[in-house]
Amino acid sequence: MEIDLSRPILERNDTLAAANRVRLAATGTFALDVLASPGAGKTTTILATLAFLGDRFRVAVIEGDIASRVDAEKVKASGIMAVQINTGGACHLEADMVSRALDALPLEELDLVVLENVGNLVCPIEFDLGQSARIVIASVPEGDDKPLKYPSIFAIADAVLLNKVDAAPVFDFDETAFTQGVRNLNGAAPIFRVSAKTGEGIGEWAEWLAERVNAVRASSL
Amino acid sequence: MGVTQEILNAITQAAEGAGATRINSVRVTIGELTEIVPDALQFAWEALTPGTLAEGSVLEVVETGGRSICLDCTKEFSHDRFERRCTSCGSYATKVISGDELLIDDIDVDLAEDASDGEAEG
Repeated sequence: MEIDLSRPILERNDTLAAANRVRLAATGTFALDVLASPGAGKTTTILATLAFLGDRFRVAVIEGDIASRVDAEKVKASGIMAVQINTGGACHLEADMVSRALDALPLEELDLVVLENVGNLVCPIEFDLGQSARIVIASVPEGDDKPLKYPSIFAIADAVLLNKVDAAPVFDFDETAFTQGVRNLNGAAPIFRVSAKTGEGIGEWAEWLAERVNAVRASSL
Repeated sequence: MGVTQEILNAITQAAEGAGATRINSVRVTIGELTEIVPDALQFAWEALTPGTLAEGSVLEVVETGGRSICLDCTKEFSHDRFERRCTSCGSYATKVISGDELLIDDIDVDLAEDASDGEAEG
């Protein structure tokens, strides 16, 4: 006997993500999903961004890692509220993990929740978390061909950060090729050149984010 | 692996709901623009299904190609995973209309009475 299902494979995750989105909208909290390969500088860029924004927003960070609390401890050491999710082997965050992490946060008192996804440019793509925006951080030492190798993640990004631009002189990084690679996949996402280490470009990117956080906050007032 | 587990959970639930004793085959649609590799799905299928209702079942993967519409010149065009720029006017403002599907289409199952029929026929 044939049974017609005609349903999305990730329906369960999509439903939970939609619930997260409703919950975040109700408290006027902006959720930023940060995607990058391991070592691109996710945690450092998040900390540099939050340091630039100072006390303009009430912020928490949800750290997604397969194991360890290293990143959450690093964030807490900067005086920022942090929750660690250990995915227990899964190579990406899923909506139910984020839902449980949101339970541990005082959402009504938060303007911005940063979701640091597991370092991976493939697996997180299909799993909606209920985020307000997704950014991809690529870094100079990884090479300019990242958009060619991992097209989907650049296609879905709301913004792309090119990190470690201070290291450009020692790497053969063709920035024009990188930009063209991103553009071929995504006509809309701004590309910000940043160095989380020196602070270069962090302001411009942080203001882009701040504008969106403010819009979400204003819509719930 | 996570995606395969989701498929298996969903079809097991549907099959149990229908009172099925066995899942013979499953048809899924996977878009070319997703990060799901059909070969990897098949591999995971063989690893995850033993001991479930879907043990020994066939996973049929229907692949759909990438297709977008240009928001500037409104032309539709086919494309691969690596470039989504309009092939007519060169605009970057395009929207995917097909190729990003991740769907479970249908399953074929044996009901309790089917199984005895099957034995009688075979």
